[in-house]
Amino acid sequence: MAQTAAIGTGVGRRTSPRRLTAAHRDWIAGYAMTAPVVLGAIVFVVLPLGAVFWYSLHDWNVLANSFVLAGLDNYERMVADPGLRSSLLASLWFSVGLVVLNISLALALAVLLNQKLPGTTAFRTIFFSPVVVSLVAWTIVWGFLLQDDGGINGFLRLLGIDGPNWLRTGPTAMLAVIVVQVFKNVGLNMILFLAALQGVPEDLYEAARLDGAGAWRRFRSITVPLISPTLLLVSILTIVGSLEVFAQIAVLTGGGPGSSTTVLVYYLFQQAFRFNDFGYASAIAVLLFGIVLALTLLQWQTRKRWVFHEN
Amino acid sequence: MRTELLDRTADVDATLAVPAAPDTPSPERRRRRRGRALIIAVLAVLSVPFVFPTWWMATSSLKPMSEILSSVPTLWPQSPTFGAYVDVFRLQPFAQQYWNSLYIAVLVTVGTILFSSIAGYAFARIRFPGVNLLFLLVLTGLLVPSEVTIVPLFRAVSALGLIDTHWPLIIVPIFGAPSVLATFIMRQFFLALPVELEEAGRIDGLGRWGIFWRIAFPLARPAVAAVAIFTFLKSWNLYLEPIVYLSSKNMFTLPQALTQYVDAYGGPMWNVQLAATTLTVVPVLVVFLLAQRHFVEGLAHTGLKG
Repeated sequence: MAQTAAIGTGVGRRTSPRRLTAAHRDWIAGYAMTAPVVLGAIVFVVLPLGAVFWYSLHDWNVLANSFVLAGLDNYERMVADPGLRSSLLASLWFSVGLVVLNISLALALAVLLNQKLPGTTAFRTIFFSPVVVSLVAWTIVWGFLLQDDGGINGFLRLLGIDGPNWLRTGPTAMLAVIVVQVFKNVGLNMILFLAALQGVPEDLYEAARLDGAGAWRRFRSITVPLISPTLLLVSILTIVGSLEVFAQIAVLTGGGPGSSTTVLVYYLFQQAFRFNDFGYASAIAVLLFGIVLALTLLQWQTRKRWVFHEN
Repeated sequence: MRTELLDRTADVDATLAVPAAPDTPSPERRRRRRGRALIIAVLAVLSVPFVFPTWWMATSSLKPMSEILSSVPTLWPQSPTFGAYVDVFRLQPFAQQYWNSLYIAVLVTVGTILFSSIAGYAFARIRFPGVNLLFLLVLTGLLVPSEVTIVPLFRAVSALGLIDTHWPLIIVPIFGAPSVLATFIMRQFFLALPVELEEAGRIDGLGRWGIFWRIAFPLARPAVAAVAIFTFLKSWNLYLEPIVYLSSKNMFTLPQALTQYVDAYGGPMWNVQLAATTLTVVPVLVVFLLAQRHFVEGLAHTGLKG
């Protein structure tokens, strides 16, 4: 610092205007290069987010073309709305089920595939392959498998079991949606875990083995702490992703039976584009944003407690 | 893929050969071998729900409706027919819809790579007033799921007269919330790139753009690959936005088109739907199997750097 100041004074004035223009040119490049993304964020994220808040304070029916300031009416309606309550509950079940099943299966697969075994590359490819298949295509195939006279019940019948009508029965419908989603995307989390596992030094396991630690103990005391940053990343991505589930619901169950699989986003979609109630839909969108924000902040807050830092 | 598998097997044999004593078949080794066989068996069982749906889809698409509905499932079509594949193109402009999905995904991918890498570079490497503030502003996009802003965006799109066009499916993903993760990943990559690599360019008199295009961008291939893969898949999977913005069959994208093969009563025409689904899944799977190494490693990269 002192040295550069000395050089600056030593060289004298002649170079300073030149240095200034170089810095300015850098500034201009910086603004120009970030402008598309920054303007995009303003136009497509910040402004619409502000608009959602504004809309949510209005009674707005698209068909009737009415747009009336209504204060907190939409929020009061939300508090009293059993449909919203059940959609929150459905979202909660979906998220909990998905996160638990997805992360535990992804971690189990990653640990199994991290062994030096013949064929692990082939298995890795197999478990990852549904990730690249279009979501709706995958869901349609599973809908075909899970229908009353579909493949799964057909094979169960061969075993003498009478399968339920998976997608038309309350408790199994939600389970079906979760399972379909788990198989679709678990490969992605598995790859992230595998990458993290490969960074765990082998000698730690050796040392633990010499100390007589069993496989479960080694997993709990070495693997989990050392891959905890990835665990955090994966759980944030999975939880936030689980709140956005829409296509699977629309294709598999249409929110039914009853409203048992009508999750928050599906409910928002119905209010906006089925019932044309944009004001109420906006209030639901604000709620969704609040939940995502709260969950993300919560995870960052707790991260110090359970994320192990190597450095 | 196959050669890689062989390599891997050879590796394992080599490492095993070292600790094993030549003439004593140790119980340790036998136990180990049994453990490995068990793991492979578990993996094989677990892979069924990942592989079987695709198999069931492709074979069922060749079955006549009567066989699809028969109560005894058949793993292979008894009398294969391509009738459903003909119907796929007869009932809807399927080729057009295929093209729609493809060109939209390619445009979105190229556009996202372009703008996110330029911005990611600037955010990582150029010190200009407000750089951190602007970056934070962009990052808010990570907190806003696209479902939250669908109502105002729909209103804007309809006010601009762009309903039933592909513009909102191209412009919003390139510049809006979906591209924020891409910018973040590119920035992380450029932060880790050694500064010395740029020095030579600067000495040769290159400006910021020159350094970006000639030096930084070509070095960013792993990050670009990761961004390309997940951007393409995201666009390819888009479902809510198309059903909100598009109304005529000629404009539909694939995910939307797949759900349109229904009979007069609204029930799905399974064989046609499965044939169409096969046509959308199989090419993607083939490309994936050919390039799976790059795919998987590219995505693992996002996790490491993110």
